[in-house]
Amino acid sequence: MSLDLPGFADPVADAHATFRAVLDALAHPGRVQLAGTGLRPPAPLMPATAALLLTLVDVETPLWLAPDFWPAREWIVFHTGASPIDDPARAAFAVAATLSDFEGFSAGTDEAPETSATPIVQIAGFGVGQRLRLSGPGVRGSATLHADGLPPDFPALWAANHALYPRGVDLVLVAGEALVALPRSVRVERA
Amino acid sequence: MTEGYNFAYLDEQTKRMIRRALLKAVAIPGHQIPFGSREMPLPYGWGTGGIQVTAAVLGASDVLKVIDQGADDTTNAVSIRRFFAKTAGVRTTTHTAEATVIQTRHRIPERQLRDDQIIVYQVPMPEPLAKLEPSRTETRKMHALADYGAMYVKLYEDITRFGHVSISYDYPVMVNNRHLMSPSPIPAFDNPKLHMSAALQLFGAGREKRVYAIPPLTPVNSLDFEDHPFRATRAPHSCGLCGSDTSYLDEVVTDDRGGRLFCCSDTDYCEGRRQSATAE
Repeated sequence: MSLDLPGFADPVADAHATFRAVLDALAHPGRVQLAGTGLRPPAPLMPATAALLLTLVDVETPLWLAPDFWPAREWIVFHTGASPIDDPARAAFAVAATLSDFEGFSAGTDEAPETSATPIVQIAGFGVGQRLRLSGPGVRGSATLHADGLPPDFPALWAANHALYPRGVDLVLVAGEALVALPRSVRVERA
Repeated sequence: MTEGYNFAYLDEQTKRMIRRALLKAVAIPGHQIPFGSREMPLPYGWGTGGIQVTAAVLGASDVLKVIDQGADDTTNAVSIRRFFAKTAGVRTTTHTAEATVIQTRHRIPERQLRDDQIIVYQVPMPEPLAKLEPSRTETRKMHALADYGAMYVKLYEDITRFGHVSISYDYPVMVNNRHLMSPSPIPAFDNPKLHMSAALQLFGAGREKRVYAIPPLTPVNSLDFEDHPFRATRAPHSCGLCGSDTSYLDEVVTDDRGGRLFCCSDTDYCEGRRQSATAE
């Protein structure tokens, strides 16, 4: 039973620390931040994914879970109050382990681009794997991101998402306790 | 810290809602995002938007500075600083360099902000097109289509009538080459500081229920024309207290015989300069 596992030890301070980590990560695309240190969520949730859910998701946010994450469903529902939905197109937040394309998620509308989804995708790790060059708001010149576990055609997928700007999804990549955020405003190229 | 409140006054559900709005705001620089603005224990117009953003961002280890028109010692700044000292127990400061979160009404500090600082602006009217198009439904469409011709016409009309653009504060800016944005009623003098700032800039409008943001290192251009470039102006004096001839000046009436004093609007900057002058 995943329900035996606790959430944040200190809900107010831990949610704040996680929010500041993801805020800083979004404001500085490519910068690795830590979240969920000490958290022991049920598999297959990684600590940073669990921390993000506890911080941002509640009864007001439609949440979509990839089938791999259904074992953690009870824990998420108990600790956040969110009820997972079946239709990814209506999701405000989504959790997945692979990212083939963004088409299933809402990119928002021209008048309300902020209604787009924020997928949280768990990958193998940072510092190894695909080398990506990032540029745009929050980046001085260009930054390099090494991410292991993204699809090989990720730069092309992201280019299609970025082309929708100001519509588009904002992506949070998680590996263990580390997270990197890619806002729709950032350009991603193969480095 | 006073008992009986959640940390930083707002309940966690409200903070989550504001935090989600802020994350989207950072992802779409300059785009206004609606949020469920709460009733705060002070009236609209006193910085309720800024306070709610600050409450959502503030943590126990933050050091808070609050300024009102550059000054740390005015009623609005003092009461907001006291509010967070009481409800969050955070350390407060008047020194720009020491602060991690700066809430401001209508000024940007003279000292250059750093990467590890967040500046929160109090915004009375977040819609830059409000004076040209009163309908919210219409302005939302104009933002969606990046249809900002009306604003350029307004600037052009100013130039034909006065020979220059007659906007001295709340001078409209283009953020990330896409969204027209109100920088809040900061003097046009401060506009260049918005451009490629190292600090994250968050904006909160309580009555109008909108938040928006400029991430660090984002291009922010004041609207202008090739033959009438934007020019930041200041009173042609030096500060009567510290002698600065680069800072933004307030004009203070000193007596009933026409006496005037021009002094820095940023009190911390002015004090710092006077202290280092005495130390030498």
